[in-house]
Amino acid sequence: MNLSTAQASNQKRIVLRAEGVWKSYDDGTIAVLKGVDFEVAEGETVALCGPSGCGKSTLLHLFGGLDSLDRGRVSVNGVEVNRHRDLLRLLRHEVGFVFQLHNLIPDLTLAENCLIPTVAAGIDHHTAQARLRQLAGRTGLTHRLGHRIQKLSGGERQRTALCRALMNKPKILLADEPTGSLDEHTSGTVFELLLDIVATEGVTLVMATHDRGLAGRCDRLLEMHDGRIHEPVPA
Amino acid sequence: MIFFKLIVTNLRRHRIRSFISVAGIAFSVAAMLTVVTILQGAIGMFSGILSSNSEIIVFERNVSDLFFSNVPAAAVEEIAGWPMVDHADPVLFGIVSSADHPIITCFGVTAADARIRKATWLAGDRLTFAQHADDVVLGERAAEFLGARLNDHVPIGHGVFHVIGILKTANGFEDGGVFMPLSSAQSFFHKEGTSSVITIKLRNKDDAASFKSMVRATFPNLIGLEDAEFTRSYSQFRILKATAWAVGGCGLVLGGLGVANTMIMSVFTRIREIAILRVNGFSHLQIAAMIFGESAVVSLLGAVLGLVTGTCFLFALKLVPALHGYVDVTIQPVVMLIVILLALLTGIFGALYPAIYAMRIRAVEALRFE
Repeated sequence: MNLSTAQASNQKRIVLRAEGVWKSYDDGTIAVLKGVDFEVAEGETVALCGPSGCGKSTLLHLFGGLDSLDRGRVSVNGVEVNRHRDLLRLLRHEVGFVFQLHNLIPDLTLAENCLIPTVAAGIDHHTAQARLRQLAGRTGLTHRLGHRIQKLSGGERQRTALCRALMNKPKILLADEPTGSLDEHTSGTVFELLLDIVATEGVTLVMATHDRGLAGRCDRLLEMHDGRIHEPVPA
Repeated sequence: MIFFKLIVTNLRRHRIRSFISVAGIAFSVAAMLTVVTILQGAIGMFSGILSSNSEIIVFERNVSDLFFSNVPAAAVEEIAGWPMVDHADPVLFGIVSSADHPIITCFGVTAADARIRKATWLAGDRLTFAQHADDVVLGERAAEFLGARLNDHVPIGHGVFHVIGILKTANGFEDGGVFMPLSSAQSFFHKEGTSSVITIKLRNKDDAASFKSMVRATFPNLIGLEDAEFTRSYSQFRILKATAWAVGGCGLVLGGLGVANTMIMSVFTRIREIAILRVNGFSHLQIAAMIFGESAVVSLLGAVLGLVTGTCFLFALKLVPALHGYVDVTIQPVVMLIVILLALLTGIFGALYPAIYAMRIRAVEALRFE
């Protein structure tokens, strides 16, 4: 069953596709994904809601090539992830990750953390610096560029993580509970920023979240439980 | 720049652990440098004895040690008469002991020997050398440790000798040695009619090859080698050099284990960080380069610190009176280069397993790691 296809595209190009995806842990004893079918069109914002352990994060990891599936197919921009010629290219240029815990390196400054993907991808210094200034300006972090991560607030850290994820101009942003560790007010602010940036940069967003209030502001809200994506909830 | 900062970040984070690793490499490097330099200095000094005012030495073929070499007096006489030979000095080596000194090198030489002629005589007259069978000349340091002065009688080995001179040479072995007339030494060591080597000075150095051919043709039991050839091929020197490098190498292996331990701990404590780098596009090779870079920094710092420490230690040894003349603090650039390269190699081998472990970290699992 492919429940989300109809709503997904509206003639737009499909950039993420999951077909009959199965995934289990501990030698198959813990089944997390049980035949997920799912499509996301270019530029869409999609929220995956569901209880903890329902497979939201696993699905995001599969799209990013961080994990391997048991059965089925996952493709990004039409290329099957597990057979992707170059998984590094996927991580460096096609998808960006934002996690619930910001996952920044505490001993580095905000700027240095953001520049990590450009170092990995071998992007030249001037281009990287220009992009950093642009994103820092957009996220209101310009005055904090030289500060260490320990000196930043939770909201600033998550905005830094967002900057880092977008440094190499990926077309897809995979966000795993991006506001899960923030208070309600900060969470709202960061989420506004997230939506604003993905809209202006033309980025496709797939976000796992518990916060239905925030999820409701995405183009689509999909309910996940028992390892499957169920009827879409009208956003 | 950021890549380098990622490399040094972890070292700064665990300063004490990093320092211990650097110190481990430094001590290993210092040990290797000290042992190798002292032994090379000793070899240089021994070679210096042989090459004093000569270019070639002749000794018995296939002996494992020059102390066991027997060159007949007839050979000395014949070689001295060859037209290409300026002079040929027979030298007999022996080891004797005195009450407090188990090993004293003894040189049986003729009055014409360059060692006697060219040394600085601190006491006595060189013209009196070899006039009596029980006369000896002491090196300055030998006179010190034997507590002997001019005209004293000193017990050496199974005999008592009359000190007719004290001389100073730049060579530690000679300075700590005893010079006897050749005939006395032959009698003392029961080697009548023989010497250990003949040191040869040619009229023209270009005749070296033909001289060696003549030795081979005339005396099948003897071999003539130019000084550099001798230093390279003498088995005792080779054994000493190999021992020095082996001892130093063992030190470096220990240092390498320290680096390995540090790097393993380093990887274990930053699993999540490595996962973050993977998610942000770092390749396996970039992760490995980061780990190898970290160990290279440790090794290089250790090598530099070790070279400084080793050099200071060698200079300190040189100042110890008992070792005067025995320690030659000429650190050869090639030795420094080899030591640095070995330290780096040690670091690389020490980081091998940690790097492989780091490359195998699965980002998705590591990110779950709280």
